[in-house]
Amino acid sequence: MNTADKTRLLREMLFARRFEERCYEAYVERKIGGFLHLYPGQEACCHGVLEAARPGRDYVITGYRDHIHAIKCGTDPRAVMAELFGKESGCSRGRGGSMHIFDVAHRFMGGYALVGGPFPLAAGMAKAIKLKGDDDIAICFLGDAANNQGAFHEALNMASLWRLPVLYVTENNLYGIGTHIERSSAVTEQYRRAAAYAIPAKQVDGQDIELVYAAAQEAVGHVRAGKGPYLLELMTYRYRGHSMSDSNAYRSKEEEQAWGRRDPITILRDRLIAAGELTAEGYQALERAIIEEIENEIIPFAEEAPQPDPVELERYVLAENDPWVMGGAS
Amino acid sequence: MAEIRYWEAIRRAHDEEMAHDPLVIALGEDIGLVGGTYKATSGLYDKYGPERVIDTPIVEGGYTGLGIGASFLGVRPIIELMSVNFAWLAMDQMFNSAAKVRYMSGGQLSAPVVFRSPGGCAHQLGAQHSARMEKVFMGVAGLRVVTPSNPRQAYGLLKSAVRCNDPVFINEHELMYNIKGEVPDEEYFHPLEGSEVAREGSDVTLFGYNISVYWCLAAAGKLAEQGINAEVIDLYALAPLDRAGIRRSVSRTHRAVIVEEAEPAVGVGAEVMAIINEECFFELDAPPLRISARSVPIPYNRALEKAAIPNAGDVVRAVLNMFGK
Repeated sequence: MNTADKTRLLREMLFARRFEERCYEAYVERKIGGFLHLYPGQEACCHGVLEAARPGRDYVITGYRDHIHAIKCGTDPRAVMAELFGKESGCSRGRGGSMHIFDVAHRFMGGYALVGGPFPLAAGMAKAIKLKGDDDIAICFLGDAANNQGAFHEALNMASLWRLPVLYVTENNLYGIGTHIERSSAVTEQYRRAAAYAIPAKQVDGQDIELVYAAAQEAVGHVRAGKGPYLLELMTYRYRGHSMSDSNAYRSKEEEQAWGRRDPITILRDRLIAAGELTAEGYQALERAIIEEIENEIIPFAEEAPQPDPVELERYVLAENDPWVMGGAS
Repeated sequence: MAEIRYWEAIRRAHDEEMAHDPLVIALGEDIGLVGGTYKATSGLYDKYGPERVIDTPIVEGGYTGLGIGASFLGVRPIIELMSVNFAWLAMDQMFNSAAKVRYMSGGQLSAPVVFRSPGGCAHQLGAQHSARMEKVFMGVAGLRVVTPSNPRQAYGLLKSAVRCNDPVFINEHELMYNIKGEVPDEEYFHPLEGSEVAREGSDVTLFGYNISVYWCLAAAGKLAEQGINAEVIDLYALAPLDRAGIRRSVSRTHRAVIVEEAEPAVGVGAEVMAIINEECFFELDAPPLRISARSVPIPYNRALEKAAIPNAGDVVRAVLNMFGK
């Protein structure tokens, strides 16, 4: 990773942080409804892993904390914000919402709201890749709590048995909604679970993007080489509650402050400044430009985008004009 | 036109579709090397290999989700759930992923996947192997449900379901795999919507689907001896139901009896009665009836089991009663 890459990643992570914080404000303003799960604190996970892959070409799937994964895959942030605003110009035409961001053109195959649901879906995408003989891979991002679902074990077993090209990324933020991992998991080190299915795995500091990137390069290389699945556990922390309806009262100030001192954006920023590759003024200019883009381009786009037409309420339930419904041409 | 068995018809449809499109695959428990509990995939493992005819671990949720994920990329999986009772374990993926993905992605993504599974009561299989679950599937927007009553439908419905871009659930029956019937020698695609007139009549319409079509036909034979000319409509499509076909028949016969193997609550009978109510209430000469199973977990004891499930005699008695005979 050269200086230009690091500076770009710093910008991407800072953009992700400000984008999510602006979502928080829009939610408070009631521009965004439903459930909203935000990503601040975990930015190095998504960006470090996908930087080592081919975002927009490899197939990515995740849970409901999905805005930033889509944007890293290439989704227009304006279309993500418009989706959160429930608009027709949203990436899922206002039918999905925060938990169901989709952008198939960029191979972001969706955010799913049943905890653990994407595990077998990702294995299935990998099966399809293998059948087609492509060198793409499937990447599944989920939280540590999802690994307690049966779907985790079922999918990892099949992925290993059939040597499917799928990378499972566990973003271990220590909490399943409001329950600490020590209170929910008999084995808290998630990477150790992969051994049960003969899948190589590694645990890495998820707050240092350079470490995430290096580990992801090895993991992606393994999967792309046809050696089967890999599990990467990234130790991280979410700053906000599980969702906007979460009081976040279950964590101590000391714990939050300790993780705040290991902020992924600060770590990379300070490293670049110490190396003389960035100035404090340069960083401030970067941040100003991001805020301007969000306020001048992204929010107005979402505000002004049209509402879906109620006439189209029942559209997209089933395929349109599918000849096989009536037995094709025969 | 050759006469073949129901399982042979399903096997032929698999074979033709797998030969037609290399992205058609089959997966399920014991479907490969063993050839399937009901032989519906026999011989395909040798012909198409283990990458396309996949023996899965016994993890219904897992392999159903895997098939759905593969379908996102254009693969056309035919997923066999060995018994419909096991589908409970797969329903999260069937409903939350397959049925909803087109809608919640605003039309970008779809799950062109086929689920096939035998439902119904066989012989003394007990409460956890005797479910009739069509009512559960037909209430889910985004999922098509069909249920073949004969080999021709079993063949043609599977062919169309594989090609169709929607997820389709095919409700088969444990007791029907060995029934014989004529299937066209040439390739045939059966519509996934509509209904069929299994017997023309003018006095009363008996609505059946899957195995209950046979109870209706047997009852119609007995009723003819009593001077009642019953029409039998085969509702091979349960979602969506054929509103026009239901209206057309009831508007002619003015009487309706729905015969279902399942318990009455929120079932096919209830739904067809609601459609009759909405479409042709004023055409009716008598209140519609439904003949359903008793609302019990199916007992093991053979006599109790038989008592829980309706039969042709129940249909005959109900119709005679309707006519004041």
